[in-house]
Amino acid sequence: MAVVFEKPKALADVPFHYCPGCTHGIVHRLVAEVLDELGVEGQTVGVASVGCSVFSYNYFNCDMVQAAHGRAPAVATGLKRALPDNVIFTYQGDGDLAAIGMAETVHAATRGENITVIFINNAIYGMTGGQMAPTSLPGQVTQTSPYGRDVKTAGYPIRVCELLSTLSGTALAQRVTVDSVAHVREAKKAIKKGFENQINKRGYSIIEVVSTCPTNWGLSPKEAMNWLRENMIPYYPLGVYKDVTAEEGGNK
Amino acid sequence: MAEKVLMKGNEALAEAAIQCGCKHYFGYPITPQTEVAAYMSKRLPKEGGVFLQAESEVAAINMVLGATSAGVRAMTSSSSPGISLKSEGVSYIGGSDLPALIINVQRGGPGLGGIQPSQSDYWQATKALGHGDFQLFVLAPSTIQEMVDFVSLAYEVGEKYRVPAMILSDGMLGQMMEPVEFPTKKDEPIADKPWATNGHQNKRKKNIINSLYIQPEELENIINERYERYAKIKENEQRAEEFMCDDAEIFVVAFGASSRVSRSAVMQARAEGIKAGLIRPITLWPFPDKTIEKNIDKAKKFLCVEMNKGQMIDDVKLVVNGRKDVEFFGRTGGIIPTPAEVLGEIRKLAGKEN
Repeated sequence: MAVVFEKPKALADVPFHYCPGCTHGIVHRLVAEVLDELGVEGQTVGVASVGCSVFSYNYFNCDMVQAAHGRAPAVATGLKRALPDNVIFTYQGDGDLAAIGMAETVHAATRGENITVIFINNAIYGMTGGQMAPTSLPGQVTQTSPYGRDVKTAGYPIRVCELLSTLSGTALAQRVTVDSVAHVREAKKAIKKGFENQINKRGYSIIEVVSTCPTNWGLSPKEAMNWLRENMIPYYPLGVYKDVTAEEGGNK
Repeated sequence: MAEKVLMKGNEALAEAAIQCGCKHYFGYPITPQTEVAAYMSKRLPKEGGVFLQAESEVAAINMVLGATSAGVRAMTSSSSPGISLKSEGVSYIGGSDLPALIINVQRGGPGLGGIQPSQSDYWQATKALGHGDFQLFVLAPSTIQEMVDFVSLAYEVGEKYRVPAMILSDGMLGQMMEPVEFPTKKDEPIADKPWATNGHQNKRKKNIINSLYIQPEELENIINERYERYAKIKENEQRAEEFMCDDAEIFVVAFGASSRVSRSAVMQARAEGIKAGLIRPITLWPFPDKTIEKNIDKAKKFLCVEMNKGQMIDDVKLVVNGRKDVEFFGRTGGIIPTPAEVLGEIRKLAGKEN
């Protein structure tokens, strides 16, 4: 029988620990497909961050380093400076990237650190059981904002792509999601561009994937997708916030 | 024999690292280690290396973690408050079984403290530079020549046992100048680092560098294996200098800058007919307990001289274990004790009037 659909080679043949309806699995697959298509798994070192995706070092078949909370961009910087011809990527959640690791993120971007960053924004701390994240929406109920995020005391959620797009070192800042086939294809194109930018030595590329967390949102997988469309996307509009290849008149 | 050059401690240390094949430096400005970074920023680009001024100490140590994961010799340098910030990354480096070189040019603490020389990070360096069960190989130079020589020793031991290594210097050694000689035989990083994450090239199994073990049994096993390596380091890598110890009765124990003062005091005591000697720990971890043990029968008293409120004295007391008196003299806050002060303490212990 012909095989019509199989796991990407860069993805380990092990069961994921992710909850039903969580989009980590889809994004892992897209990253692995891109590593396969570019033929770079053997040169790639991935950096796993602290959060639900911490075990991603078991899921990708390339070499992997597990970084302290928020420090993935710094670890990736050290790897890339030592291995300038290898492919280095980080895979980070919103608490990791936009709270505890914001300094590392901003400075890696402004240095134009030639790495690829996969940023999962699901507006909550998943691994620790659903606390308010830097990207939790105004009014969003979490374990540590039980009355809803009050912007008067907890401030406003951070729009990471918009923020990083102001930095000269950023090559690509694009926000995507994976709630539909069309969006999954678009997300894959963006991830591929992020890796191609690195191979072409263009600098820091970040692909923000607006994601779900059904477990900590207290919703079914289907309801979570709807909540993402109705609440997340209006606050975090999809699109390209910066793309140096487009500015140069290249392929968009 | 190589030619002698007059160099500042911080610069000599930086040059020694470059000569050891360290091409990757990550740091953040802080007094009194500034010259290390300045020297590296001037030299490394010309050596085809990487100097990177990080956004924080926290970032710098994690860049070191990344670079050393790739298999290259990397380093960072800082001073006391900055080392506290690095402690998270140092714990991850220790927990990931990675070699790395960390320089602490100590200044007074706690908090922002001061900028004058101090030895008040002894406990931090030897007991708990970060959370969890782990150790660093800690070297305490007392001359600029040792600032040079200990860099290759730190890299060699660190790579052999896969542990982070620290050179615990201080503001005095960092800032002073002495003639130094660089080794003519260059020390090179070990080529075979089968654990490095540098891309498997589809030729080997993938490598994972990690400090997370969710199953307690697994974590305990990993830590036990690490402690077997620590036991070997304790057995094989203790270093100390004995000065006038052969017939000594009063043993001054001092490391780094305070050992220089103590050496003068011991010589003056000898001139007065007091049988004083100096034990100078060179490795602070592992603490050179064999050297203390070797001298304990003939010792009447021990005197620990430190630039802090009494930290290394704990390790001396652990070895002595109540068999002899162990006294302390120290100055802190950035003050270096004078030979006269130390001599006064030696005289007291010898039962002589000041």
